[in-house]
Amino acid sequence: MLRYTLLRVLGAIPTLLLVIVLAFLMVHAAPGGPFDDERVLPADVEANIARAYHLDESLPKQLLRYLGGLVQGDLGPSYRYRDYTVSELIGAAFPLSLKLGAMAMALAIVVGVSAGTVAALQQGTYLDRTVMAFSMTGISIPVFVVAPVLVLFFAVKLQWLPAGWSSSTGASRMVLPVITLALPQIAYIARLTRASMIDVLGRDFVRTARAQGLGTLTVVRLHALKPAMLPVLSYMGPAIAAILTGSVVVEEIFGIPGLGQFFIRAALNRDYTLVLGIVVFYAALIVLLNLIVDVLYGAIDPRVRYR
Amino acid sequence: MSLLNVKDLSIRYQQTAVVDALSFSIDRGESVGLVGESGSGKSQTALALLGLLPRQASVSGSIRFDGTELVAASEEALDRVRARRIGIVFQDPMQALNPYLRIGRQLREILVRHKLARGAEIDERVIEMLVRVGLSDARRQFHAYPHQLSGGMRQRVMLASALIAEPDLLIGDEPTTALDVTVQAQILELLEEIRDNTALLLITHDLGVVAGHCERMLVLEKGRLVDVGATTSLFASPGHAHTRLLLDAAPRIDRASALPQATGASILGIEAVSVSYKAFGNEQLRAVHDVSLSLRSGETVAVVGESGSGKSSFVRAVLGLVPMLSGRAVYAGAPLEGPVERRVKAQRRDLQLIFQDPVSALNPQMRVQSIVAESLLVHEPGLSSQARLEKVVEALGQVGLGDEYLGRYPHELSGGQAQRVAIARALVLGPKVLICDEAVAALDGSVRKQVLALLRKAQEDTGLAIIFISHDLAVVRAISHRVAVLYMGRLVELSDNAPLFSRPRHPYTRALIDAVPVPNPVVAPKKAPLRGEVPSLLDPPSGCVFHPRCSYVKEICKSMLPATRDLQGARVACHCADEIDLSL
Amino acid sequence: MSLLDNRSIRVSGGILLTIAVCALAGPWISPQDYLTMDFDRQLMSPTMTGGQIFGTDDLGRDLFVRTMLGIRVTLLVAVVASAVSLVIGVAYGAIAGFVGGRVDAAMMRFVDTLYALPFIFFVILLMVVFERNFLLIFVAIGAVNWLDMARIVRGQTLSLREREFVDAARLTGVSTARILLRHIAPNLIGIVVVYVTLTIPQAILVESFLSFLGLGIQEPQTSLGALVDAGVNQMEGASWSLLIPASLLALILLCFNFLGDGLRDFFDVRHTN
Repeated sequence: MLRYTLLRVLGAIPTLLLVIVLAFLMVHAAPGGPFDDERVLPADVEANIARAYHLDESLPKQLLRYLGGLVQGDLGPSYRYRDYTVSELIGAAFPLSLKLGAMAMALAIVVGVSAGTVAALQQGTYLDRTVMAFSMTGISIPVFVVAPVLVLFFAVKLQWLPAGWSSSTGASRMVLPVITLALPQIAYIARLTRASMIDVLGRDFVRTARAQGLGTLTVVRLHALKPAMLPVLSYMGPAIAAILTGSVVVEEIFGIPGLGQFFIRAALNRDYTLVLGIVVFYAALIVLLNLIVDVLYGAIDPRVRYR
Repeated sequence: MSLLNVKDLSIRYQQTAVVDALSFSIDRGESVGLVGESGSGKSQTALALLGLLPRQASVSGSIRFDGTELVAASEEALDRVRARRIGIVFQDPMQALNPYLRIGRQLREILVRHKLARGAEIDERVIEMLVRVGLSDARRQFHAYPHQLSGGMRQRVMLASALIAEPDLLIGDEPTTALDVTVQAQILELLEEIRDNTALLLITHDLGVVAGHCERMLVLEKGRLVDVGATTSLFASPGHAHTRLLLDAAPRIDRASALPQATGASILGIEAVSVSYKAFGNEQLRAVHDVSLSLRSGETVAVVGESGSGKSSFVRAVLGLVPMLSGRAVYAGAPLEGPVERRVKAQRRDLQLIFQDPVSALNPQMRVQSIVAESLLVHEPGLSSQARLEKVVEALGQVGLGDEYLGRYPHELSGGQAQRVAIARALVLGPKVLICDEAVAALDGSVRKQVLALLRKAQEDTGLAIIFISHDLAVVRAISHRVAVLYMGRLVELSDNAPLFSRPRHPYTRALIDAVPVPNPVVAPKKAPLRGEVPSLLDPPSGCVFHPRCSYVKEICKSMLPATRDLQGARVACHCADEIDLSL
Repeated sequence: MSLLDNRSIRVSGGILLTIAVCALAGPWISPQDYLTMDFDRQLMSPTMTGGQIFGTDDLGRDLFVRTMLGIRVTLLVAVVASAVSLVIGVAYGAIAGFVGGRVDAAMMRFVDTLYALPFIFFVILLMVVFERNFLLIFVAIGAVNWLDMARIVRGQTLSLREREFVDAARLTGVSTARILLRHIAPNLIGIVVVYVTLTIPQAILVESFLSFLGLGIQEPQTSLGALVDAGVNQMEGASWSLLIPASLLALILLCFNFLGDGLRDFFDVRHTN
């Protein structure tokens, strides 16, 4: 198990490096410099800026400087928010996004797995079909459609919940964003759980367990749940990425001052260092979480560890 | 009052009845065999007894177990019967045990659920049971996962799980079909040993198993009970034509065959062929070691061995489907070299292969006509489409299939029909050598008999040479002129048919013969001839690879690999071959 | 068994066809065009007068014509992007699966690595760096979506290659090209059709996501994502300008997903029969 974990960790490093280098090169391949639209500056000032941001160095040198900074958690200065470093900006905005994302993820797993399991056990019934219709709809409707429609009904028309972040301070302002973020994941996880549970329930070892008179509850809990969760666990990586992506939209629509909103602002403002920094940060986060998922997978499936 | 009383049991899926008005009973302590070919409804019956049929099945009639009605009983009522009153062993222990749970845990749960033990006593009882089914190191294997055990050990665990709650009836649903024959003998012996007074319902296609282990037998044909009676009397005088058919089709290891002598010229020579595969990491797994064999026109040479003996790898290397590590093969004076793609056309035409699984061997997207005709496109491109069609029809006729099959897709064929199409595909080019890789293993007895007859007919008509790969010695005895026995990739004995079965020279050959169940209830089943199972190819034993399982083992066997030598017409690789008499 | 026997395929296919026909013919029939602004008719609610059945936007432009154009753009982007991912994915997967061995291991290792990348952020990064380029959207989406296709095709090819009918063909001297054409390809079609159908809604999602953020299709051109974005800004006064494009987008996505599911059932049934 230790060997397996170590191998996984080592395998993640090249991926991470690739992401960083790719993102860095993309930004630096940009036609024209980041300050091009500020032509009003005199030439010597521009040169000073370039020097301050090391834009006068060669590309490999800049890359090495960037990687060196990264190791110490330094993502460089922001081009737009001149008084802040990228790390400071991320540090300020991320906790809120993390809170939202973690809540959405927890909600998605609990609701999705329960709904999927119930549907699988009641396969073919009215309940099953209802769950599946809901989840198909949930998968098909994008976050940026769900969010405004929910706001329109629950905040504007019914006025049950606050529409924007700033219009309230209580926990109620979390409700709509979290639900919006979780909805497509609930739908996907429910579908996945149902399909995988039906598959597992049809396997021979489940038949054996039933033949031992263990009762439906024990059969599902002891024998079926673990293997049925493996595809769901594999989906956690993409789910995390999807929630990060969704948070960009949700924060934009609800006006939540999280990292997603920062990212969009930075993208629209062409704040290269900030965009680059956030992409690198997100990538590292996703690679790290995928790593955790991989290790968990090994912990559940004994056969994986020995390969 | 019988323990189990089944009356008018019918099982339907939509409009199709898979079991039709079945009635039988089983007394306490009795052993009953339920036999039939695939699709006869025997496994469905077993599942019905435990209420395990899928939701779509509709069940009618009555199943009374010790006074309790089981048809339409609630899950709770069924759960009180399952394991506690009726235990079951399924066919494939790899699938039937949960791969994600330690075996101790899987067994514990049964005791816990049925409240048969509490506290520390639970684990003790599980370990005690594991010891009884012959797990040598039960305390440690309590914590093992199923994939860490060998096939035979897994089936022992399965048997432990079926018996740990001390049921009154044990159902074995083809419990040894997935196992090697020497392991099958061990499991059957164990079953007899530990079932005490538990009644046994043994479901099997193998009449040899029934003959050795069941007092009474039931014969099913297409869901109907056609024959029932004491095993000895049914074997002696079958009451129904179908029983007779099954008995006639059962291959007999105890009967010599009458094959005409093969006198053709030598056509294929294989010398010291070795094959290796890359296993995990960079380890080389040696599947075949220096195997030599020759073949005459009109001759059938059987290659037999248990799983892992390398018999398939051996012929695949000769055919160029997998690379040969060393050695050479010569066909009609010219070497067979390199992968099949680089071989000359004539060789690819003359050497043909038939596979075990006919379903996998036919492209599901092609019609029978195109499947059979494809090789003609390569080898006789000048043929008009009319002439090609005629050749296809002729080849299909040779295997007993009419024109009406030309337009069918593989999924519209039965297993036997599909295998005939595969044979027609091989024969259409008029090959000189036909290699059959377990070609009849997946077929029912009656179909197998027809296919074997077909191969013999083709041999008589065209002087075809056949390499017949099989794990089934009874079939081998019936159809081969010579027999090569492989163990862990090495040739241990090569001999003519008659002497091999009357006086084998290698202890392993003798053990293989002894392990085959004889379909004759008058003969008491022999004791399992071998202990243990085939060791891993990744870690082969020193010296003679067979020595850890051999009852004639000497000191020299542990350190020195025996050379292959001639012994009165047989080739044997055994240090003791001339000192021991293994005559039957 | 025919494709049309499956209800999911029949219904969702029918709806998609209807929407596509409307999107193609609608702007041509309507007296309005998508560019003309009319500041006397800002944010008109849907009405039959002048054929403005979807009302107008904040610049007084006809929303029906704009919506139909948006559907055209959305569908075009999705179909082209899926075609890109189809070509790359099938070629890559089939080669990896058929060649096997080390080549396969290396190729799949590369796919695994790419899988771990947060693609959508890279796409956004691309959009920021290279301006909003219509062509880039195709490439970006195609580049994201080929991974799944490659994995699936590779897995299927690998299992087909191990099937004995391929060995039988090799033995009798059938050429590699013919094996690929006659034995591998026909057995891949089912799964490829299913996954292309399921790739289209994913491509639509990415495109509309970018457009919604203002990083995709640019004014005066439009797409469903861009229309939803515009609708969000007006939703308190003119909810139809949000609800119409939003529900059309949802309907299209739903239909493609159902179509894919139906096709999967269709090919599964044919396989197991």
